[in-house]
Amino acid sequence: MASAVFLRAAVALTGRFPVLAGIDLTVAPGEIVVLEGPNGAGKTSVLRACAGLLPVTSGEAVVLGHDLRRNAAAVRRQVGMLGHAAALYDELNVVENVRFAVRAAGAGVDGIDAALDRLGLVGRLRRTTVGRLSAGQRRRVALAVLVARRPGLWLLDEPHAALDAAARTLLGDLVKEAVAGGATVVLASHEPEASLPLADRAVALAGGRVVHERSLTRRRAGAIGDIHVA
Amino acid sequence: MWRDALLVAGKDLRIELRSRVVLNQVAPFAIVVLALFAFALGPDRAPMVQAAAGLFWVAVLFAVVLAVQRSFALEANDGTRDGLRLSGLDPAGIFLGKAAAIAVQLVVLEVLLAAGVVLFYGAHVRSYGAVLVACAAGTAGLAAVGTLYGALAAGVRVRETLLPFLLLPVVAPVLLAGTRAWQVALGTGPGGDTADPWLRLMLVFAAVYLALGVIIFGPLQEAS
Repeated sequence: MASAVFLRAAVALTGRFPVLAGIDLTVAPGEIVVLEGPNGAGKTSVLRACAGLLPVTSGEAVVLGHDLRRNAAAVRRQVGMLGHAAALYDELNVVENVRFAVRAAGAGVDGIDAALDRLGLVGRLRRTTVGRLSAGQRRRVALAVLVARRPGLWLLDEPHAALDAAARTLLGDLVKEAVAGGATVVLASHEPEASLPLADRAVALAGGRVVHERSLTRRRAGAIGDIHVA
Repeated sequence: MWRDALLVAGKDLRIELRSRVVLNQVAPFAIVVLALFAFALGPDRAPMVQAAAGLFWVAVLFAVVLAVQRSFALEANDGTRDGLRLSGLDPAGIFLGKAAAIAVQLVVLEVLLAAGVVLFYGAHVRSYGAVLVACAAGTAGLAAVGTLYGALAAGVRVRETLLPFLLLPVVAPVLLAGTRAWQVALGTGPGGDTADPWLRLMLVFAAVYLALGVIIFGPLQEAS
C-alpha cells in the first residue's frame, strides 16, 4: 500500500534558510506519528509541507498520492491542519465558522451538528462570536472543523495546547476514531506524556532532519523498538 | 469557481454586517473628506460645483484603500489566510468573492458620497445614466484592482503603508475617466459632450483587472 506521507531528501526553505534539510520520513496509512524535537527542529515545517503550505524545493514529497513538487495545492482538501492559530474569524459565531470551513473544503454539512456536540459546543455557545471565546474554546472549534471535514490526513501542531484535562482526553479519543475511520495522523508535540500514548511511532527531528525514530506500538504491548538515524 | 466566490463574498459581507467597520468608520471618513474639501474651496458655490466630480472620485479612492485593507485584515488574523489556502477553494473564486464583497461595500459608500456631493457642493445631475454606468464600471474596476493589490501586499509586514503606495497610482485611469464622465453627467468642467469614451475606458479597465485577477490571484496568493 502507498504511504500516506513520503518525504525523501526533501528540502524546504524559508527565505534562504533550509527549515527542512533533506528530510526522510515515511508515514503509513492509518499510522499515528508523533514528531519530537526542540524549538526550530522542523516539526511545524514538516506539517506545513505535508499540508502543501510550505513549498518543497528539492527531493521527493508525496502526500496522499499527490506529488507536492508538481502541485502542492492538490492535497489541501484532503488534509486537515490544526496549527498554532485556530484559523477562525473572530466576527463569525461558532456555527458560522465551522460551516464556512466545511463548505469551503467541499465537505458535506451533515456532520456539523454532531461534531459540535462531540466537542461540547452546545447551546448558546454555538451562537457566540469566536472573538469572545477562550483559547481552549477556540481550540475546540478548530477541532470541530476537523471532525466535521473528516480529512484523510490530520496534521496537528501542539494539539494539547490550551486544552483542559477533559478536552485532552477527548482529543485522544478523536484521534483514535479518525484512525479507525481510515485517516492518518501526524502530530508535533512538546508534551510526550500527552502525545506518546496515542502514537504508533515517535520521530525525533533536529535541524530539519530526522535524527531518531522509535516504534511505540510494541511498547504498549511491553516492548520498545528503536531506530537511530545517521 | 462561482460557488467558491459566493461562499467567500457571503463570509466577508456577513463579517462586515457584524462588525460594521465600513459603515461606521470608512463611510464617515469619506464624508469627512468631502466636507473638508468643501471647507478648503471656500464659501463660493461655483468652484465647489466645478470640483464636485473629481472630489467624489478622490473620496471613493481613499475609501477603496480602507475597504481593501479591511478585507485583507480579515485574512491576517489567527491564521485565517492559511486556513483559506488549506480549504482548497479555487483562487479565482476567492478573488471574485472578495472583489464582490468590496464592490457591495463601495456601492453603499458611493450612494452616501453622491448624496454628500449634492448636499455639500450643490451639484445637479443631468444624466443619471452616465452617473450610474460610471459608478458601476468604476466600482467593478476598483474592487478588482484593489483585491489584486491587497493580495500582493497581504504577506508584507508593512502592508498598511504599502497598499496605498501601490494602489493609488494604478487606479489613476479610474479617477480620470470617472471624473470626466461625471463632469459630463453634471454639466461641469471640460468633460466634453458625451461620456461614452470615458465610460468605455472604465469598462475596459474593469474587464482587464477582473480577467487578470482570475488568472493570477492563485500564484499571487501563494507567493505573498
